[in-house]
Amino acid sequence: MTGMWLQFLVTGITVGAIYALVAIGFSIVFNASNVINFAQGEFVMIGGMSAVSLLATGIPMTLALPGAVAVAAIVGLVVEKLAIERARRADVVPLIIITIGASIFLRGLAQLVFDKSVHRLPPLAGERPLDVFGAAVVPQSLWVIGVTLVIVVALTLFFHRTRAGKAMRAVSHNRLAAELVGIDVRKVLRASFGLAAALGAVGGVLIAPIAFTSYDAGIMLGLKGFAAAMLGGLGSFPGAVAGGLTLGVLESAGAGYVSSAYKDAIAFVILLAVLLLRPDGLLGARSRDRV
Amino acid sequence: MDSSVHVPATASSARPALARRAARHRLLVALAVVAGALPPLVGNGYFYDVAILVAFNAVVCVGLNLLIGYAGQVSLGHAGFYGLGGYGTALLASKYAWPSLLALGAAAAAVALIAFVVARPILKLRGHYLAMATLGLGIIVSIVLATEDRITGGPDGMQVPPLAVAGVAVSGELAWYAIAVGTLLAAVWIASNLVASPAGRALRALHTSEVAAQVAGIDVARYKLLAFVLSAALAALAGGLAAFHAGFVTPATASFLRSIEFVTMVVFGGMASTAGAIVGAAVLTLLPQVLTALRDYETIVFGAILVATMIFLPRGIVPALARLARGTRWMR
Repeated sequence: MTGMWLQFLVTGITVGAIYALVAIGFSIVFNASNVINFAQGEFVMIGGMSAVSLLATGIPMTLALPGAVAVAAIVGLVVEKLAIERARRADVVPLIIITIGASIFLRGLAQLVFDKSVHRLPPLAGERPLDVFGAAVVPQSLWVIGVTLVIVVALTLFFHRTRAGKAMRAVSHNRLAAELVGIDVRKVLRASFGLAAALGAVGGVLIAPIAFTSYDAGIMLGLKGFAAAMLGGLGSFPGAVAGGLTLGVLESAGAGYVSSAYKDAIAFVILLAVLLLRPDGLLGARSRDRV
Repeated sequence: MDSSVHVPATASSARPALARRAARHRLLVALAVVAGALPPLVGNGYFYDVAILVAFNAVVCVGLNLLIGYAGQVSLGHAGFYGLGGYGTALLASKYAWPSLLALGAAAAAVALIAFVVARPILKLRGHYLAMATLGLGIIVSIVLATEDRITGGPDGMQVPPLAVAGVAVSGELAWYAIAVGTLLAAVWIASNLVASPAGRALRALHTSEVAAQVAGIDVARYKLLAFVLSAALAALAGGLAAFHAGFVTPATASFLRSIEFVTMVVFGGMASTAGAIVGAAVLTLLPQVLTALRDYETIVFGAILVATMIFLPRGIVPALARLARGTRWMR
């Protein structure tokens, strides 16, 4: 029986790590622009599908995977340039529609550039599951968890030790004050979209050997990543990580112990519960109304 | 809350009130004229199919516009109510063999009750948070509909018996066209009366600033609730009628993408404009029909149009055209 829950825990953390990467992307963009980017999930898809296509042309794995992340980052910058930058002063509802429109556009583009079938990337380190105290762990799981860990540490250093990272944090605290001390807010916004897209794509590349990928794989991953971001507290970096992992584990335990048919609903039940009981999330700062 | 729906504009001075009432029902008359004139002009089978679809979507949008356009509260989950209306009607009419109209009314009332129960906690949220909560709610509904296959037939959906009014089965395109347009006219009548009533002013006031509206003595929570429940009931009604018309329902009617479509129609046509909601519903229902000619490019063009409209016409088509028309009149 220990194997059972350990199995759910490992599966949950693996998926949760991907949710965490998407959630970090949501939070970075939200901090820079107050925009909830509904297209965030599409970058996960673009990462996975680009990697599949690049591999198919014969490019070795070591180049194809970073290449796929770069493709997604460029697409992220283009979306920011063409859609978000022009709508800087739009209200919440038009902004939501713009990012949803962008996500539909990207999905349509993916149908054309790639194809409509389901693909799987080869895993980075073999197929044979390892036996960990009775739980079967695929090596790719360790890759997912390991890479996510490295990214979290790197991002923490970036946000606290580098000028660019500090500038991004300053903008998230107070845009006007940041502008007054000479920070180029538009550059921060652009960097945020690129970074968020790259993070999503890393998630997409990592999960494709386990969960497969297709042109429409981004919607659910994006929405669940958002639920994770809300759970941890929208805009909070540690919150995004904690929210992602918690959501992944709850989802996999729920699917195992309660009902696998309702696996996809769990994230949204949690999302609703968080919104109604603690809208600032587990680790988010309490917000107040201002007149 | 029904009492506030029928309150006339103002009783203070007779002439402005009369003029305003005439203006209020101009849309209703225009709509009736257009709907009446179209069949003799382009009355082929394809026209009826699309027109009926447009009318059902427009009913949802007229309701949703009260919530989004007037009260300023986003909902990304109204397809959930639409789907529940469809399934509720289908279940009552098939499994329990209720008369069609009773099934339709009961389903819409049940959905209004559900909306009433969930509205209180959910409408405390604002902006993105409200959007996500309604989105979550809608997705949960669509997952439940797809999963409880013993009741709903699962992902394949379920059959719906034909609509019968007073024992006579409704058949023929013209009859359905009349029903769809009649429902739309009723929805427009309710919406324009509501907008012109004190409740409508309260909704617009809380759109501008909830705090200011509250300070002015408006029961903000109550009016948001009113708009939410009314829009959910209209969505359920349209969902039920659409289910009868199609002869079957699937979980796709309640999907997230369907919710997005509804919001897009409202925003595209123009927020806080009932005419805009109808134009939006018409354009975005027709657009995919036109775009199918583009085959593989359909999705990509649809996405591009959404983004472009929101960037260049963030207030929507109808208000932009209205401003243009006013502008040219000034120049003369």
